[in-house]
Amino acid sequence: MNTTRRKFLKTSAVTGAVVAGIGAGILAPRNVMAAWPAAAFDTTDVNAALAATLGSSDMTDSADIEVKAPDIAENGAVVPITITSKIPGTESITILLPGNNNPLAASFTFSSRTEGLVSTRVKMGKTSNVIAVVKAKGKLYTAKKEVKVTIGGCGG
Amino acid sequence: MSDSIKVRAKMTGGVTEVKALINHAMETGQRKDAKTGQIVPAHFIQEITCTHNGENVLTSQWGVAISKNPYLSFKFSGAKAGDTLKVSWVDNKGETDSVDSTIS
Repeated sequence: MNTTRRKFLKTSAVTGAVVAGIGAGILAPRNVMAAWPAAAFDTTDVNAALAATLGSSDMTDSADIEVKAPDIAENGAVVPITITSKIPGTESITILLPGNNNPLAASFTFSSRTEGLVSTRVKMGKTSNVIAVVKAKGKLYTAKKEVKVTIGGCGG
Repeated sequence: MSDSIKVRAKMTGGVTEVKALINHAMETGQRKDAKTGQIVPAHFIQEITCTHNGENVLTSQWGVAISKNPYLSFKFSGAKAGDTLKVSWVDNKGETDSVDSTIS
């Protein structure tokens, strides 16, 4: 059996159904992504992005946050990043990349059982700092590390 | 779209380490198609939720800066071997997927 054709038919059927749903107003896109803060992710300003996600851009430098990232990223499309926070009561970690068009990369919210650690891979358009912002007990703490990018990850 | 998530959850000394790999294009909406010169529309995961026994252990909101085929790793305590960990995502087109995995 031609699997590619099967897959294509299956995907188009699903997409068709979703499109029909939006058309009929059953699946209003606004409802689907109600919790996603579009304003925070669309802004081009670091402080505005922080204010929109965490409610404030007033933060203190902290040595208890470790930003692990390569010194030089050969491929900006895949930059591995690990953020570790040793601050007690860490509620969330936000990653900002000021070198990108939209600095806010991701925001992770923890439960009381989750450790202050998160690891992921990001795209970086050019050499810039990786800024980690940790929220703990209502206060914001920050740490950063510069990553040199030799090939940008945003142009494709 | 049911096989987009691979999860490995392993418990050592009371702490469960979760590693997840997701198959997703993560298009930024800033890239041009090499052949047509048209901008490829944005298509990226916006929200990831990880729940252990029905309780949220991690919620995450992502922008387009997360790499293609995203990787995510974190740790949490209070789980037993054999418990279920659910990982799910929603993207900007409203597509969604989730997977249940067993903590080993």
